[in-house]
Formats: sequence, C-alpha cells, structure tokens
Amino acid sequence: MLEVKNIQAQHGLLQAVRGVSFSVRKGEVLGVIGANGAGKTTLFRAITGVHTDMTGSVTLNGQDISAVRPGKRVAAGLAMVPEGRRLFPDMSVRENLQVAGEHGRRGDWTMETVLDALPALKPIMRSLAGNLSGGQRQAVAIGRALMTNPDVVIMDEVSLGLSPIAIEGLYESLAQLKASGKTGIVVVEQDLRRALTFSDRVICLLEGAITLEGASGELTHDDITSAYFGLSAKGEERSAAHA
Amino acid sequence: MLDAIIQGVLLGGYYAILAAGLSLMLGVTRFLNLAHGDLAVLAAYLIIYLVATWHMPILWAIVLTLPVMGLLGWALQAFLFARTMKGGFLLPLLTTFGLGAVIQNGIYGVFSSDVKSLGNFIGNLAWASWKLPGHISVGKLPVYIFVASVVVLVSLQLLLSFTKLGRAMRATTVDEEAAELSGIDARRIQRATVAIAMVLAGLAGAALAMRSLINPYTGPTQLIFAFEAVVIGGIGSLWGTLAGGIVLGIAQSLGAKISPQLFQLFGHVVFLAVLWWRMKGAGSLGIVNLLRSLKGGRA
Amino acid sequence: MSISRFQYERWTPAGLSTVWTSCVILAALAVAPLVLPATAVEKLTTLWIYILLAVVWNLLAGFAGLVSVGQQAFFGLSAYLTLRLVEWGLNPWLALVGAAFIAGAIAIPISLYALKLKAGEFAIATWVIAEVVRICVMFDPLVQGDTGNSLIALNAYAPDFRRDVTYWLGLVAMAGFLVLTFRVLRSKIGSAAQAVRDDEEAALSVGVSVMQTKRIIFVLAAFGTALAGSIWLASAITFLPRTNFGVQWTVFMLFMVLVGGLRTFEGPILGALIFFVLQESFSSYGVWYLFGLGFIAIVFALALPDGLWGLIRQKRGGDLLPMGTLLKQAPIENEAS
Repeated sequence: MLEVKNIQAQHGLLQAVRGVSFSVRKGEVLGVIGANGAGKTTLFRAITGVHTDMTGSVTLNGQDISAVRPGKRVAAGLAMVPEGRRLFPDMSVRENLQVAGEHGRRGDWTMETVLDALPALKPIMRSLAGNLSGGQRQAVAIGRALMTNPDVVIMDEVSLGLSPIAIEGLYESLAQLKASGKTGIVVVEQDLRRALTFSDRVICLLEGAITLEGASGELTHDDITSAYFGLSAKGEERSAAHA
Repeated sequence: MLDAIIQGVLLGGYYAILAAGLSLMLGVTRFLNLAHGDLAVLAAYLIIYLVATWHMPILWAIVLTLPVMGLLGWALQAFLFARTMKGGFLLPLLTTFGLGAVIQNGIYGVFSSDVKSLGNFIGNLAWASWKLPGHISVGKLPVYIFVASVVVLVSLQLLLSFTKLGRAMRATTVDEEAAELSGIDARRIQRATVAIAMVLAGLAGAALAMRSLINPYTGPTQLIFAFEAVVIGGIGSLWGTLAGGIVLGIAQSLGAKISPQLFQLFGHVVFLAVLWWRMKGAGSLGIVNLLRSLKGGRA
Repeated sequence: MSISRFQYERWTPAGLSTVWTSCVILAALAVAPLVLPATAVEKLTTLWIYILLAVVWNLLAGFAGLVSVGQQAFFGLSAYLTLRLVEWGLNPWLALVGAAFIAGAIAIPISLYALKLKAGEFAIATWVIAEVVRICVMFDPLVQGDTGNSLIALNAYAPDFRRDVTYWLGLVAMAGFLVLTFRVLRSKIGSAAQAVRDDEEAALSVGVSVMQTKRIIFVLAAFGTALAGSIWLASAITFLPRTNFGVQWTVFMLFMVLVGGLRTFEGPILGALIFFVLQESFSSYGVWYLFGLGFIAIVFALALPDGLWGLIRQKRGGDLLPMGTLLKQAPIENEAS
C-alpha cells in the first residue's frame, strides 16, 4: 500500500535520513522505534511532504506521490498526526475535524463514525482546541487525520507527554482502528514495550538509517537493544543497557 | 467637537475597508504588502475610467472592477508574492515597494497626474447631508460608506466562521504545515486570500474616489493609514480594523479641526503611541484587547 | 589573556591591492575638479551622494537587519537644519556639516523608540516618524508649509568655488563612510550586528548587547544619510519639504542596494553606479523611467536576490575586500592580544 524507497533527507549540511526504505500493507501496524535524534520525525515529515529537502520515492497504492505537495498526498490517502498534535487552537474541536473532512478524501470516516471511534470527543465538540488536555488533543489530532479517510496514517510520537491513563485510552482507540483492518498504521513510539505489543512489524532507526526490521514477535531483546544503541557485538549489550 | 468626532467615526469606516484587506493578508500569508494603497488607487482609476470614458453607471463600474482586482490579486500571489516570500522579510518589502513604483508611475503615464474624483459623477450625493440637532450636518456619502464597511466586515466574519474557505483560511493562518497535513492546499488558500484582499482594496478605492480627490501618488499615504488602523486595532483582529480605523479617523478629524496640517500628525501620533503602549507590554494587541481587558474579559 | 596557536589573517594580498588601488583612485578624484568641466563635477557630486546613501542603507538594512523605510527623515532634516542654522547667522558651510551632526544626534532619541520594534512594524514606524518630522518642519515659518526655502547664503560664493567645495565635501563624506563602514563591519560591532541580524536570541545568549549594537548602527546610518542630505542641499540649493522628505529617497536606496547586492561591501557602490547611469541616460523619460526602476527592482527580487555583486562574487570566487577573518594555523605560538 505505502511503499517508500531510499529516502534521503537533509537539514542544511546535516544528513538526517540516509536511504530508508520500508512498506506498510493494508491493516498492518508498523512500529517505529529509535532514540531521540535518530531521524524519525524528519523521515516522516519527508514522506508526507512537509520537509522538502529530500530525495527518494514515495508510492501509495501504486501512485507516485514523491513530488506533490502535502495537501495532495493527503488527498491521495496519506495522513499524519504530527508531533506535538499541531491542532488549530482558536478553532473548535468540531471545526478542526470539519476542516480536514472538507479537504481530505471522502469515504467511510465521517463526523459520526469518527465520534463513534473516539467517543471522548463527543462532550468537547464545542470547546476550543487550544483549551484541551494533552489526551484530548491527541484524540482530536487522530480524529482530524481520520477525517481525511487515509489508507495509511502516520502517528508521530503518539504517546509523548500524555498521562498513563490517557495513553491507555489512546491505545484502546488505536486497537479498534487496527481491528477494523482498513487502514495501515505507522506508530512512532518511545515506549519499546508498547511498540512491540501493538505493532505487527517493527523498524528501528539509528543515525538516519534502519538498523533492524522484523516481525514484532520474532525479535529478541538483544536484537532490539543492539539496534537501538548501535552495537554490533553482543558482549557490549550489557554496558549499553547501563549507559 | 462632536461634529469632528462624528466625521472621524465615519472616516474610520473607509479605513476599515482598506485595513481589512491588509490585515487579512498579513494574517493568512504573513505578507506586508506595501503596494496595498497603490492597488486601491489603481482600482479607483479603473472605475473613474469606466465611468468618465465609457459612461458606465458607477455601480456597474464597481461591479466590473472588483472581480478584475480579485484576479489581479490571485495572479500577484501566484507569480510574485509567493516567490519572494522564501527570501525572508526584506525581499517582500523590496518587491512590493517596486510594485508600488510601477503602479504609481504606470497610472501617471496612462492617466496623467491630474487629480481625479468620482465626486462629479454621483450627483448630489457628494454633498447631500442630514441635519442633526445642534447644527451638526452629517454627509450622506460618509454614512453610506460606513454602513458598507460594516456590511463588508460582517460578510467577512461570516465567511471566516461558516464557510469551507473561511475555515481553511483560519487554519492556514495559525499553522500552514498542519493545514497542509489536513489536506488543505495552502497555496490556493493564500491566493484566494490575496484575491479577497484585492477586492477589498478595490472597494476601498471606490470609496476613496467618491469622497475625495486622488492622484497617482495617493497610494503610499493610504497604505500608512491602513497600517495604522491595523496596528491600533490589533493585528489579526477583523473588528479591530474598524475600531482602529475609527480611533484613527477621530484623531485625524480632531487634528484637522485645529489646523489642516494636524490632520495627519494627530493620526501618526496616536499610532506611535499605541505601538509604544504595546511595547510596554500593557497588552498584546491593540485597542480591542484594551477594551476587553477593561471589561474584565479575557484577551 | 590566552595564548593562541592560531594567527588571525585579516588581510589577503588581493585585499591589500584593492586598498592601494582605491587610494590612487581617490587621490585622482580629489584633484579632478581642477581639470573637469563644471557639469562633470556636478554629476560626480550626485554620484557621491548616491554611493553614500546606498552604503549606509546597506549597513542599516543589510548588515544589521534594520529595514527602515524612513531614512528620508534624516535626509530632509539636515537640509532643514542647515537653513535654520544659516538663518541664525552661521556660516553656510559650517551649517551644512553641523546640521548633519545634529540630525545624527536626533537619531539617538528616535532609536530609543524605533529599535524596540520588529520587522514590518519597524519599517512602517520609521516611515511614519519621517512623516511626523516633515509635518513638524513644515510648521516653521522659515519653510512656510509646502513652499520651502533656498540656501541663498551659498550664492555669496563664486559658482566655481561653491561647486568644487560641494564636490570635495561629497567625496570626503563618501570616502569617509566607506572606510568607516569597512572598519565597523570588521570590528566587534560588525560581527555583533550580523549575529543580531541572523539570530537575535542566540546573539543575546552569547553576550552581544543587542540594543547597543543596533543603536550604534542606526545612528551611524542616520548621520550618513543626513550628510548626504546636506550635500544634496548644497548642490540643489532649494529645499522643498515634500521632495527632501520624500519616501523616494528610501526607494532609491533600496533599489541601489538590491541591484548591487545586499550584505556585500562592494554591492551598494556598484548599485549606486548603475543607478547613476540609469538616471543620467533615462530620467528624461519621466514617469516611464520610474516605472522601469520599479520593474527592475521586482525582477531583481525574483531572479537575482543577491544582486549583481552576488553574481560576480560567484563567478570570481571572492570579494575585493576581506570582510571576515581568515584563521590560519600559526607557525609559532604568538599572543592573541
């Protein structure tokens, strides 16, 4: 469904992403892990088109969208919940959802179905998005992405800054979305345990390149720590874990 | 005194129309268009041309000119403004200054430097007035322009609040990237915004040509007035442009009551004072917020 | 006091040869009025004024990031102050120079206000301040509103003498400001100013006094513009408030700096030369000439935002004068002071 090949992205002279390729199928959840500064956010900003200093190809349902603007990629079926939610603070929750519904694709996701999937939004529809709690904001951001009826939705730093209860609620909603099987999901998650249990497959990024890729159930603890910290020899794992 | 205040309030209506376009562009595209006044004057010349040479009824001339201004705005944003915006803050300023010179001297070259006005074509509306108790006479034309400005602002408010375009404009104003990620083509929205701003400039030009004499170099002063109204009212606030326009208008007409040369000076002084007051951090934005904070509401 | 193992190389051989060439050219220009016809002397005086204006505006907007649209305040003010000083009995030549100093001093209180503003607000506020200054000046009975006045006191001198002294005044002011700008840009103030322009907060955090740096540049630029205004009055004699305080002066400065090359030392000089040639060749076309200037400005902003000097520098790979500091590994240890 979503296929990215050999993505390279720069911040001026700094090479932030070096040749990343992966794909996401319909109904599949891809977990993305990696330390701060590994290039995760830049990678997904490049894939969605908001970071323009990049090369490589992005294909969605066989259609090459590497050269089009972010708005057009959304219309093609690629949505992103950006890091920091990035809601429109002086617009109501309803308007935040509405604006995405009006400019994205038409499909099964409408105001009603999104509210059914994210019932926490119902009582706050008239509140300004700027006045919400972190968990509520994240729910609005996910709802806003769903309103564009994406085939693949990328969720950057999905649980960052949320309370444990809010994270619990968030993953319940995401589990329902996953169960529906219609949408490919990419979750960028700092919590390794979460990432492994929720996703079908995991990729790990280090210094802008993929150091590990595999089915979540088959990866060992050693594989992950060495990929996460960039260690090749197993013997160094212990010291890295302490570092 | 009361007479001057009434004149000032009515003058503020005209400033609001001119300032609303400038403010809308500043908000949605973050672009300070130094040629805004010149574009208003350009529209005024077009209308005068249609009326004087083609003997078109004024209303028709305005109706014909406004879409032309809208198209011009769309094209300016697509081919000029958007390209210079990548170059930081200085290039847009240089470009619109250059555009101003092109418009002013182009008008001069085509229409000569004679002062023009629509006043000759609107019959007795140019001087007709209502008499109020206390020997105060209120011109009908300024009242109509004021009413038009309120209608314009209400329409803009409705557009921003309740239409697809308006919501997209508000979204693009606060976060262009997030707007794109919601499927909005921010470039199209920005072009539409500049088109609307130019329609407003056209309307302001029509009002200006009806109520006073203009020449090809009237634009820069009008830009200063519009910017002053925007700043006094608070950048980014739609109704602030009316509040700012009224404050500016009152200051100017009170000044003019003392001496004709004080007309501009009083307006400038109020503008500089409001900027000063904002620097002091007493409030983030303009008169509207001051009024709100006096009422105890949230800014 | 730290011992450095690096040597600061501030002069390249090419830079030194540029300096020597400039000195020779300046010396030749200094004696030029003795051999040149009167019209040529007058035209060159105009050129010095243009270069002076372009150089100081580039210092202000290009290097310090203070995009002022109101420099005509100082241009007009010094012309007005000259008339005022002469009216009070001062020698006109002294008045011309003294007025520029006073106008520069007036820039200090203005800077207290204006420098607190940012970007668009600063630009428009400086413009409004220039308007306020003009309106206030027009209240002086000496100026009589729009009527203006003339520096007739200069007519007491022989035309040749007047023309030559004005020329030398312009040459000295221009050369002086070129040297001054060069030294300022290579001094601590220069690097501080560019740090402030590039990132004010970062500059603050490394201890650059933002306000102080901006103020020095603002006042210097005001003084330079005022000098140009004085010399303009000396050659034009007449003072018309709407002309001398006209925003077109800023438009011209902008044009010269943009076409020549913003943020370069050489660019404004080149821009002033081009503007001078255009003015001499096409100004008889009147408004269509001004239309063309605006059009050229737009084309440069779109296609060549670094100006002609930016293009030349790309081609030849360096400036005529080194602005920065080359860091070289020193053969022996030497003290950094």
